[in-house]
Amino acid sequence: MWMKQLRPLRRRRIPISQSKKTEYRTAYLFLLPSLLGVGGFVFLPFLDVFRRSFLQASGHVFVGFGNYRTVLQNEAFQRAAGNTAKFILVCIPLLLTLSLSIAVFVQQSKTYQKLMKTGFLLPMALPVASVAVCFKMIFDRHGWLNLFLRQFGGKGADWLSSDSAFWVLIACYVWKNLGYDMVLWLAGLSAIPKEQYDAAKVQGAGRWALFRYITLPQLAETIFVTGLLSFINAFRVFREAYLLSGDYPDKSIYMLQHLFNNWFTSLDIQKMTAAAVMLVLLIGGILSGEEFWKNCREKKEEQRK
Amino acid sequence: MRNFGRTAGRKRKSKGNSGGVRRKKRQLFDGVTGLFLFLVLVIMVSPLLLIVSYSFMGSGELKEVCGAVLSGMKGMAGFRFFPAYPTLRAYVQILLDSPEFFTSFWNSCIQTGGILLGQFLVAVPAAWAFANFRFPGKNVLWFLYMLLMILPFQVTMVSGYLVLNKIHLMDTFAAIILPGMFSTLPVFILRKTFAAVPREIIETAKVDGADEFRIFLSIGLPLGKAGIFAILILGFLESWNAIEQPMTYLKTAAYWPMSLYLPQIMEKNASLAFVASMIMLVPALLLFFFGQDYLEQGIAASGLKG
Repeated sequence: MWMKQLRPLRRRRIPISQSKKTEYRTAYLFLLPSLLGVGGFVFLPFLDVFRRSFLQASGHVFVGFGNYRTVLQNEAFQRAAGNTAKFILVCIPLLLTLSLSIAVFVQQSKTYQKLMKTGFLLPMALPVASVAVCFKMIFDRHGWLNLFLRQFGGKGADWLSSDSAFWVLIACYVWKNLGYDMVLWLAGLSAIPKEQYDAAKVQGAGRWALFRYITLPQLAETIFVTGLLSFINAFRVFREAYLLSGDYPDKSIYMLQHLFNNWFTSLDIQKMTAAAVMLVLLIGGILSGEEFWKNCREKKEEQRK
Repeated sequence: MRNFGRTAGRKRKSKGNSGGVRRKKRQLFDGVTGLFLFLVLVIMVSPLLLIVSYSFMGSGELKEVCGAVLSGMKGMAGFRFFPAYPTLRAYVQILLDSPEFFTSFWNSCIQTGGILLGQFLVAVPAAWAFANFRFPGKNVLWFLYMLLMILPFQVTMVSGYLVLNKIHLMDTFAAIILPGMFSTLPVFILRKTFAAVPREIIETAKVDGADEFRIFLSIGLPLGKAGIFAILILGFLESWNAIEQPMTYLKTAAYWPMSLYLPQIMEKNASLAFVASMIMLVPALLLFFFGQDYLEQGIAASGLKG
């Protein structure tokens, strides 16, 4: 609640006794350690990767887009990229809607909120290796799910080495990230002034109308952050996938991360550099599109005011 | 947006006194959803209970239950939630005669501690700069920081390898700690916490003659406490469970953290592995329960407008 009241204050800062130049200098002083590290460990080496992506493996022969062509024509790359895209397109909408609906519900009952938050955040704290074992115990060919199905005359399946592995991984991702997203949604929800709901209720708005016309529009920023963090965590599901089924899992969950990892093991630096550059361009493109859209929206909002 | 009040109001009038029925329906809906959520909660928590319970299981019993899955034995897994003969043997074994476990535990502590210390020194001031100052290049830098935070480890793996190889840090603790401490995710999470620090306080301090560094130390840090704890807890969970980084940059098994050691012994000695899981769990859980409020506030602040 108090954050809401502060917002106009942090819009623009009026320098009192300080010239612009000093402000710039202090800002960069605070940033310096981070800039040095990011520059030295990520940014400059990445420029090197960019340069190498146009060169041949041995020596310094310029091959133009040769490496890129090899990667794009590589069958493993096509499958891995397809799987990764499919995973992201399925898991993020699923996680966002699930966590939002749980958050909307949990928000109404203050008594259970604490318990729910604790329980739902808990999976984040468990070691990945032990989580992988639990999932293996359930979904393995000789595991509990099949044991259970056989009790009822079913046949069971090899969940981890067939197309269903994809859904096991989705379940794993949702299970792990539900709490984090729920907390984000709850914060966004509680920042919406109660009076708006009361006013609408007086006018007779139903639950759905309240959600559609009051809640959703004011959650825009939360949607952005939650989506972004869920996207980051979607790549991290590799840990579980790797511990569940190793370097070469079922082809339905063979992701870009597996491919990069295997390329690294065989020191296939050329392919890695080209693929890394393409991924950075792709993600950068998506991000800048999103930023552009966000700026447009903010401008519109300001005009309305 | 202004329209819905009127239409909804008309609807209610036409329905007359069906309010009671509606309320009952709603109560039923809430009850069913509540029950469903409780079931989900049980699913969320059960792996933890399973790990705790199985760490007290003897190795013979564990073989009976998990052998078919974990060690490739014949037959099906057995289903059992609680050990039939609880024992502390595995705990004794891990404490008395598994030196590799201690090495890996210690490695985890050093690597995680190093990363957290680094993140505190690097990311906190950076987030303060992004939250409180205007400077040329800010938008471009912020975009780059966001991009870097999104990129999965595998994309930056090559560049990391190239630089670590060049400065001869491959296969050392520094290969894990240095790239980890410059992660830009904590900067992103923390920025909004700092942006929410009231301007008035800062301006007052400035009028009183405090310099920027002083303001950061005695206003920014205390008021941003929740966010700072949140990034440290998240950083802890991330590096305590690190798999990709040590797998890529550490060749010598003696340098491996517990997160890599654990999957290794899981196949060979399940009872030892469950106890090791327990020991790995405890610091994470303690931190989690004592810091949960901060964690929540920190996560929450990152999702608000700013």
